[in-house]
Amino acid sequence: MTAIALKLTDVNKSFGAAHIIRGVNLEIRKGERHAIIGPNGAGKSTLFNLISGRFGLSSGTIELHGKPINGLPAYEINRLGLSRSFQVTNLFHRMTVIENLRCALLWSMGYRYSFWHLVPRQKRLNEEAERLLEKIRLTARRDVPASLLSYAEQRALEIGATIAGGADVILLDEPTAGMSATETEQAVELIREVTEDKTLVMVEHDMSVVFGLADRVSVLVYGQILATDTPEGIRNNRAVQEAYLGTTEAA
Amino acid sequence: MKQQFVNNAASSVPRVRFGSWGGYLPWIIAIIVVAVLPLILKSSHSVSMLSQMGIAIVFALSYNMLLGQGGMLSFGHAVYFGLGGFFAIHALNMVGDGRLSIPLELIPLVGALGGLLFAIPFGWVSTKRSGTSFAMISLGLGELVAASSLMFTGFFGGEGGISGNRVTDITLLPYSYGPAIEVYYLIAAWAVISAALMYLLTQTPLGRMANAVRDNPERAEFVGYNPRLVRFFQFSLAGLFAGVAGGLYAISYELLTAENLGAVASGTVLLATFIGGVGYFFGPILGAMLITYLQTTLSTFSEAWILYFGLIFVFIVMFAPQGLAGIIMLHRPAWKAGLMSRLLPSYALAVIPVLLFLGGVVALIEMGYHFRTNYDPSEPMGLFGMKVVVTQVMPWIVAVAVTLVGAVLCRLSFRRINAAWADVDAILAGEKR
Amino acid sequence: MLELITFSIINGVLYGMLLFMLSSGLTLIFSMMGVLNFAHASFYMLGAYFAYQISTFIGFWPALFLAPLGVAVLGALVERYGLRHVHKHGHVAELLFTFGLVYVIEELVHMIWGRMPVDYRIPDALNFTLFTLFNTSFPAYRGFMLLVALVMFASIYLILRKTRIGMIVQASLSYPEMVGALGHNVPRVFMGVFAFGTGLAGLAGVIAGNYFITEPGMAWAMGPIVFVVVVFGGLGSLPGALIGSLIIGIVQTVSVAMPYSLADALRAFGVELTREAALADLWFLELSRVAPILPYLLLVLMLIFRPRGLMGTRES
Ligand SMILES: Nc1ncnc2c1ncn2[C@@H]1O[C@H](COP(=O)(O)OP(=O)(O)OP(=O)(O)O)[C@@H](O)[C@H]1O
Ligand SMILES: [Mg+2]
Repeated sequence: MTAIALKLTDVNKSFGAAHIIRGVNLEIRKGERHAIIGPNGAGKSTLFNLISGRFGLSSGTIELHGKPINGLPAYEINRLGLSRSFQVTNLFHRMTVIENLRCALLWSMGYRYSFWHLVPRQKRLNEEAERLLEKIRLTARRDVPASLLSYAEQRALEIGATIAGGADVILLDEPTAGMSATETEQAVELIREVTEDKTLVMVEHDMSVVFGLADRVSVLVYGQILATDTPEGIRNNRAVQEAYLGTTEAA
Repeated sequence: MKQQFVNNAASSVPRVRFGSWGGYLPWIIAIIVVAVLPLILKSSHSVSMLSQMGIAIVFALSYNMLLGQGGMLSFGHAVYFGLGGFFAIHALNMVGDGRLSIPLELIPLVGALGGLLFAIPFGWVSTKRSGTSFAMISLGLGELVAASSLMFTGFFGGEGGISGNRVTDITLLPYSYGPAIEVYYLIAAWAVISAALMYLLTQTPLGRMANAVRDNPERAEFVGYNPRLVRFFQFSLAGLFAGVAGGLYAISYELLTAENLGAVASGTVLLATFIGGVGYFFGPILGAMLITYLQTTLSTFSEAWILYFGLIFVFIVMFAPQGLAGIIMLHRPAWKAGLMSRLLPSYALAVIPVLLFLGGVVALIEMGYHFRTNYDPSEPMGLFGMKVVVTQVMPWIVAVAVTLVGAVLCRLSFRRINAAWADVDAILAGEKR
Repeated sequence: MLELITFSIINGVLYGMLLFMLSSGLTLIFSMMGVLNFAHASFYMLGAYFAYQISTFIGFWPALFLAPLGVAVLGALVERYGLRHVHKHGHVAELLFTFGLVYVIEELVHMIWGRMPVDYRIPDALNFTLFTLFNTSFPAYRGFMLLVALVMFASIYLILRKTRIGMIVQASLSYPEMVGALGHNVPRVFMGVFAFGTGLAGLAGVIAGNYFITEPGMAWAMGPIVFVVVVFGGLGSLPGALIGSLIIGIVQTVSVAMPYSLADALRAFGVELTREAALADLWFLELSRVAPILPYLLLVLMLIFRPRGLMGTRES
């Protein structure tokens, strides 16, 4: 039996009277690429927000490598090796691309709140940042403030900042949304590359991306997991076809 | 022109190439200037003004650690300046009594300690929040300390404050620090060291994360940092350097009063820093020098200096939120590309209109002050080398006319400037050659 | 003692109502425009000076109406030609703009009226004793101030409840992002709100300037307290502003009248302290002397433990 990286048990979330996440149980295996699909407003982003500590749960537990993490602040969860990207780009907008990457690296490289190291002199840190920069193919835009990047570039930086800390569980929220076909292709390539040997959970609307990348797929509809299976299994699942795939393919 | 200031708001982190001498050059120049200036400006007035500038620079730079680098708008930063100063003056007095033995050169460290000592608890409570809440807490704490200072007369000396004597005979170097020029060099040395340290702080992980938290506290959490702690450490260090400035003030003036930690002092450093420009390291230095100049020089021949200062501030907030430093740095790309020649003619054309407009405004303000505050308003006043009698109507008509003509010409000439900039921008963007 | 308490409370309520005249405008401006108007107390000061100037020409009663109107017009101009341009740079820029305005207004006052207090007096018609209680007289002017404050309070209430513009204001109080969706000319609404709020501050200046002193320092003296009130009561909440005003007003006036210290309190428990005790400054500090810091203490505590304030719905 493979180890479980992330385990959600009976997770619920309400905003006031609105019950958005309604009893989600989910196990993400270590090292797998897991996609979460579902119609708009199903609660996918909310689920990510719960896992990553952005919101508190209403009830239930979330375990990362067997250790409960619900109730911890986001930065503690991040330090335990879980990192996420945002559906709406969420960067240090006034800082340059390379600065964004450096900041994303600092904690994991042990600098903490140091005010006695000089960042420009940290050889390993800078090498690592440059390596990442190359990996996300933004070398040419190294010193451009994040706010002035194109949309696709911002998405790439978003992924770069997410994987920078070396977290072994990565959550990506719609990494290819709004991209052109070629941009999507490149992004998929990038994601495949940077999540080698890691556990990946991603929300994705583009079915070709999902079926090309994911080992397993979960379908979230109206705050509940409808099914979890291989891409093949999901494609042939009647309930899913009725509830979700059927409607989107028709649309 | 407005549009450009906004666009330029983006590039804020100065890049230095450590290892090459290029990065050190501004510092070497600064040190030479600091060392040579009092040899040129010899008068005692100038020397004391330069000392004051040194103190104001340290204070403003420490303020910018909050506002510019950490995104914390504080209305109470003088608390740490003043408390540092009070610690330093008490230390001076204890050295004088023989109860303590600290060389005068190191007294600013006592100030630093005082600033830090209070910045830690106050920072702990106020950095819990950010944005407007932080600003309000800083205001409340500032008023709290200022009001308390009048209650605890033992430490703060009540209305009269605490005075001291800097000539303690305990020094590291063979100077007495009685003469103003010796004090100047002491302040200058501390100012350069503090500025260098604060600059280096911007290059540390904490400094970088302070920028990050300023831009997006939420994302900072998702790269492993607790934004509150980042703000807290940044705040504490800012308090420490404010304390250094306070210590220098104690040495220079040998007197501290409740005013030094009050709302006016807090407001002044905010104004100075913002006018200089919060987005660049050297911005607050410009702002501190300007306000000290206005304070010491302009105030001797114009009662209206605070009004000018307030108007400059409002103007900067409205039209150039990146401050003087922002206006300067705006020209960097054009300068590097050798395109200044396309801008300068339009600037030259604007000089006269701007001077006319400013002259008119200044005349109106000065005449207004003279008219209202002089014992005998009909007594002629000196204005731009002329003798003017403000009880007559003519000078007012002339002043209003000059202002209006200046304003109209300004509008026209600014159009030229905008056109020149559009040209330069197009070339820089590669759309045109 | 009873006398002391009664009068402290009456004066506290009076001072509280005065604070409310300022804080209601401030909170209205904040909740509709998101602007914390740092210069609010400066408009209060202008109200007093305008009233002084007008009353030297045509007397107090016309000034009571004209001065707030003048302040409101000035407020509208400030919004139209100043704030509106700063709006796009965000709320911090707006705060800084109004902060700069404090300096400019104070200096203009210096320029026009000088640095000394001006002789702005209570009108003769109101300069008599309304009643005498426990040998302490209660001036008629205080009653008049209370009356004006109450009339103002009632009018705001009626405007908000009964008129169309009041409905718009209320709707946008609860859903600030919806103002535009209501199909109203947002800049115009903003200008109106800013003018109205500063006009209220002006009115407070008119009736308080002659009761206290009309001098250039009055804005700095009043400004921070008004901030305390609105943050304490809850930014954006009118009832909060009222309760905050009354609490701060009463706390301040009552504590000023209390010449007791911690040492006195300990003595009641049989602990006798001498002037030589450690921290004597602290033990022998009388409540009356602590009075000036109490509002700020309340503010800081409130912001730390309940940043929404007493009645607020959003964080400042
Ligand atoms: N902070 C919040 N407060 C109140 N309701 C919220 C909040 N965040 C999300 N919701 C609601 O929860 C529901 C699910 O939102 P969520 O963003 O998780 O959907 P999603 O599955 O990610 O959709 P999409 O595909 O559009 O990204 C929506 O109805 C949304 O309005
Ligand atoms: Mg989503």
